[in-house]
Amino acid sequence: MDWPKKNPSELDASEKKSFGKGVFRKCDGCSATLPVEALHASFEVCPECGQHHKLSAPRWRDLLLDDGRFEEWDAHLAPADPLNFSDGKSYRDRIASAQKSSHTKEAMVIGRGAIEGHAVAYGAFVFSFMGGSMGSVVGEKITRLFERASSERIPVILLQASGGARMQEGILSLMQMAKTVSALERFRATKIPFFSVLLHPTTGGVAASFALLGDVNIAEPNALIGFAGPRVIEQTIRQKLPEGFQRSEFLLTHGMIDRIVSRLDMRRELAMMMSHLSPKLERVSGPQA
Amino acid sequence: MAAFVLPFEKPVVELVTRVRELKKAAIESGPGSDRALEHELKRLEEKTGRLARELFATLTPWQKVQLSRHPNRPYTLDYIETMMTDFVELHGDRRFGDDPAIIGGLARFRGKSVVVVGHQKGRSTKEKVTRNFGQAHPEGNRKACRLYEIADRFGLPVITFVDTQGAYPGIGAEERGQSEAIGACIAAMARARVPIIATIIGEGGSGGALALGVANRVHVQEYGTYSVISPEGCASILWKDNSKADEAAASMKMTAPDLLRLNVVDKIIEEPAGGAHQDVAVASALVEAGIASALRDLETLNGEELAADRYTRFRKLGAFVA
Repeated sequence: MDWPKKNPSELDASEKKSFGKGVFRKCDGCSATLPVEALHASFEVCPECGQHHKLSAPRWRDLLLDDGRFEEWDAHLAPADPLNFSDGKSYRDRIASAQKSSHTKEAMVIGRGAIEGHAVAYGAFVFSFMGGSMGSVVGEKITRLFERASSERIPVILLQASGGARMQEGILSLMQMAKTVSALERFRATKIPFFSVLLHPTTGGVAASFALLGDVNIAEPNALIGFAGPRVIEQTIRQKLPEGFQRSEFLLTHGMIDRIVSRLDMRRELAMMMSHLSPKLERVSGPQA
Repeated sequence: MAAFVLPFEKPVVELVTRVRELKKAAIESGPGSDRALEHELKRLEEKTGRLARELFATLTPWQKVQLSRHPNRPYTLDYIETMMTDFVELHGDRRFGDDPAIIGGLARFRGKSVVVVGHQKGRSTKEKVTRNFGQAHPEGNRKACRLYEIADRFGLPVITFVDTQGAYPGIGAEERGQSEAIGACIAAMARARVPIIATIIGEGGSGGALALGVANRVHVQEYGTYSVISPEGCASILWKDNSKADEAAASMKMTAPDLLRLNVVDKIIEEPAGGAHQDVAVASALVEAGIASALRDLETLNGEELAADRYTRFRKLGAFVA
């Protein structure tokens, strides 16, 4: 439920914080100075230390989907302001500025694509839109993703990156947790797999609903994943949290996720798992080598 | 229990207490001993009720939040004791432990067996700590999940009482998968093929509340609240100042009438004059009547239809521009 105040634009990590006229960038992990093109080519993964920097939603589609092709569903859904909410700045204004800076109507994009020939229902949070927070539109789109995947009989791949429920829509945001999980529960009855891909960060109401209920939960290295944000926990227990707490490796050790997978191997791994769990479902083209 | 009085409820408490004392005196002087006194008492009681209601009608959302957290408010066990019989508490999540912040088990409600699950806060300081102020760890939520599955398997209705500030945010809770535990509860409630009735009897805080809240009918007591985050939490994130909790409580639209307007709850359960803690027997009778009537409404539905009814109920919640 906590998200960073800064509202970074819908840009790759390599497009900002650059110096030397955007030619070089410093790695957040090992501080190596890297050419921006090199980082871009490696989908923002540091070639030196493997640090995963933020990757924009469109670039994720380029990385995962066959030819980057994507047929978007329900792009017209836009947020309303049911509570007439204001915290100094009105929710309407926040929406307007988030839409402007992230070039998208809401924090969730859903649609259809393919991964190594396996047709998939694909959804991804747009973290730069109000911290990927889940309000009515995000909840509705995820619900539609599961409903449509059921009727088209294709697996669901959902990329999580969210601070949690959106406070500006109050209790209706909490209700999205019930709505999406109910839809997931129906989808499960079809025996078609749901892959939950956990990116940095996945917390709050998104973590506590569908994000950890994948048939398979896969996390990127070093992603922050948890119910409560670290700051809330520190305030509650009045202790400093241990190093690596709530990171992917911590979740793997505690049995909450199946695998930690490098971004660069994600497409291959997803295809491999689909070949085991849903080999007979629709193929958009022949299996690729 | 020691009476705790919030500043704004003082005039109402005084009125209610005065009538209670007069009533006691009248009963002690024997039945029918004084017709005039009895008549006068009844008149006074009605007047007090009206006055209390008028005084409470002006409460701010933040004051209602304080009422929902009132330390004298009846808790789950009080409701089980007053409206159910043959309660057998069942313990443990079969994974790690037993969490006293959530209690549950088998009981008889109006002669029929049910599964009951509720958050339980403590009365004494020691019990408050034992029950972790009604803030569940993953094992509490997993116990709830197990009980929903038992209800589903044996065809018993589920009655839940929601009363928590939220699921506990701590190191152990994260290590043992608080997120997954809540998600699993929501999923188990969604698929259960039995009627589920939830009543918010105090605080309905965030995901911890929802773990007991995916019901066919959701009721809220007059001074119950339900929100996505505590007002303090909201204020500290949005205003960077948790002393602005009163403002946050108003902005989040978390009181019973707001919840009804947003279709998040189906019914508001009236409370006795001055709130549930002024007369537990009356409060319990009103909650009970609400549950009984909801169960009657669902009587004709089979298992599949009950799950479908829940799906439809939650499917339409949300507001957006299509």
